[in-house]
Amino acid sequence: MAAIFRRELQAYFLSPIGYAFMGFFLMVAGLFFTVSNLFAGSASFVTTLSNMSFIFMLLVPILTMRLMAEDRKSKTDQMLLTAPVSVTSVVMGKYLAALAMFAITLAVTFIYPFILSRYGTLPVAEMVGGYLGFFLLGASFISVGLFMSTLSENQVTAAASTFAVLLAIYLMDVVTPYLNQPWLVTVLQWFSAYSRFEGFATGVLALSPVLYYLSFTGVFLFLSIRAVEKRRWSEG
Amino acid sequence: MIEINHITKRYGENYAVRDVSFTVNPGEIVGFLGRNGAGKTTTMNIITGYISSTSGTVTIDGYDVLKDPIEVKRRIGYLPELPPLYMDMTVWDYLNFSADLKHLPRKNRGQHIGDICGLVRIGDIRKRLIKNLSKGYKQRVGLAQALIGNPQVLILDEPTVGLDPRQIIEIRNLIRDLGKSHTLILSSHILQEVSYVCERVVIINKGRLVAQDQLNNLLQGVNENRILVARVAGSERAAASIIKNIAGVVSVSGQGSYEPETVDLEITVAPGNDVRRAISTQLVKAGYPLLMFKPMDATLEDIFLRLTDGKDGM
Repeated sequence: MAAIFRRELQAYFLSPIGYAFMGFFLMVAGLFFTVSNLFAGSASFVTTLSNMSFIFMLLVPILTMRLMAEDRKSKTDQMLLTAPVSVTSVVMGKYLAALAMFAITLAVTFIYPFILSRYGTLPVAEMVGGYLGFFLLGASFISVGLFMSTLSENQVTAAASTFAVLLAIYLMDVVTPYLNQPWLVTVLQWFSAYSRFEGFATGVLALSPVLYYLSFTGVFLFLSIRAVEKRRWSEG
Repeated sequence: MIEINHITKRYGENYAVRDVSFTVNPGEIVGFLGRNGAGKTTTMNIITGYISSTSGTVTIDGYDVLKDPIEVKRRIGYLPELPPLYMDMTVWDYLNFSADLKHLPRKNRGQHIGDICGLVRIGDIRKRLIKNLSKGYKQRVGLAQALIGNPQVLILDEPTVGLDPRQIIEIRNLIRDLGKSHTLILSSHILQEVSYVCERVVIINKGRLVAQDQLNNLLQGVNENRILVARVAGSERAAASIIKNIAGVVSVSGQGSYEPETVDLEITVAPGNDVRRAISTQLVKAGYPLLMFKPMDATLEDIFLRLTDGKDGM
């Protein structure tokens, strides 16, 4: 797993994908920091994170599209799947590399709360909770992208399908208030990924949203492993 | 030892491989032959655990590829038809990654990778990006990847594709040397290569195994009637009538004239007969000197064409 993790993380920096992801993410973060914090005179960087959570829809597909699809297309998956490593290690190595890439990028934004702390009082608990929630939200969406990448050998298809799923998750929260079927509202709220983040943003660290994001990620990682295994057994 | 027992791979209604069984003994080099789409690559992918079979088992040193995949994969070095190369890596980084995947200890790793680079002659390009290499070099890097960790079993799918004639000879000799210390399955379209490198061949056609034997035995089987070609000074009709009357000769046919006042004759001889002395004595006695005599034994091409319908295909 460590070998695949290292290779994938290195690959982000050997292609424009890593730089594009980092650059675009930090540009948006800088823009939101300037507008929401500097211009508005607010010390709450968590609000900024919350405002920019839509960015996952645009950037996660870029981050994850090549993870599995490229190996299938270039047949390098033959090297990985005939090496003495399990499918779980292959999938986990790739997932953790994408997660690390996201974590490194997110870590660069620590500079903004640091700047704010120099000129005002920083709500530390809210900040830590906000960052943790934002990270878990991203981790969940990256697992979706990874799964979509296992389903196709075309990177564009993988990116487009990831965008479609993340858009559907985003729209779920948008349409829920307008629905008049209570059961449907309950179901959609239960599945809502974005609404779980709001708890973190208020500085409340509850176990259930953490478990929700971890389960969400676990399910998609499991599906990714099964998708790779299924193809080996395929008779279609 | 590789044991393949009744493996079948089905895709819907179609069988890519159907009830194929064969064994490769330790230290043996087996040539795996078949036309395009015959099921060679599918079989190799099943042996290496890349895909699973619908039924049947593959064991290597007693380990089943489905039950103990890690143990099996630890023993195999695989060069697929298209070398699995990461184009954005340098040769050295790629081979180091392969060593990581194979859990090779870091101690002496550099020496091991260096030795393999020397063996497949890529030492001078180790710092170059793979995407900038020629097809021949890429093929060698793929072969080097298979050799990392010195696995007991090597499975090479078309290892000389894309190489120039000099490289082909080098790689062939390398494979022959590797065969002294490895169990090796080699798939190739080049029959000359198989007959040069392999002791035994397995031939599959339309997913089914059609022959497996020592190369010599297969050749003997095809050479039921031995064919001789003789060049005789004199007329075709007279020489043919003398030869036809010799016991053991099945037929004689003219093959044209390649030298002035001579004729080439193709003589088919029944199995178990050596008619060479009788032919030369009687022709000379009748005043028709024998200028050339050569056996026309069947080649691997003949066997292959015969067993795989003899149409299109290689």
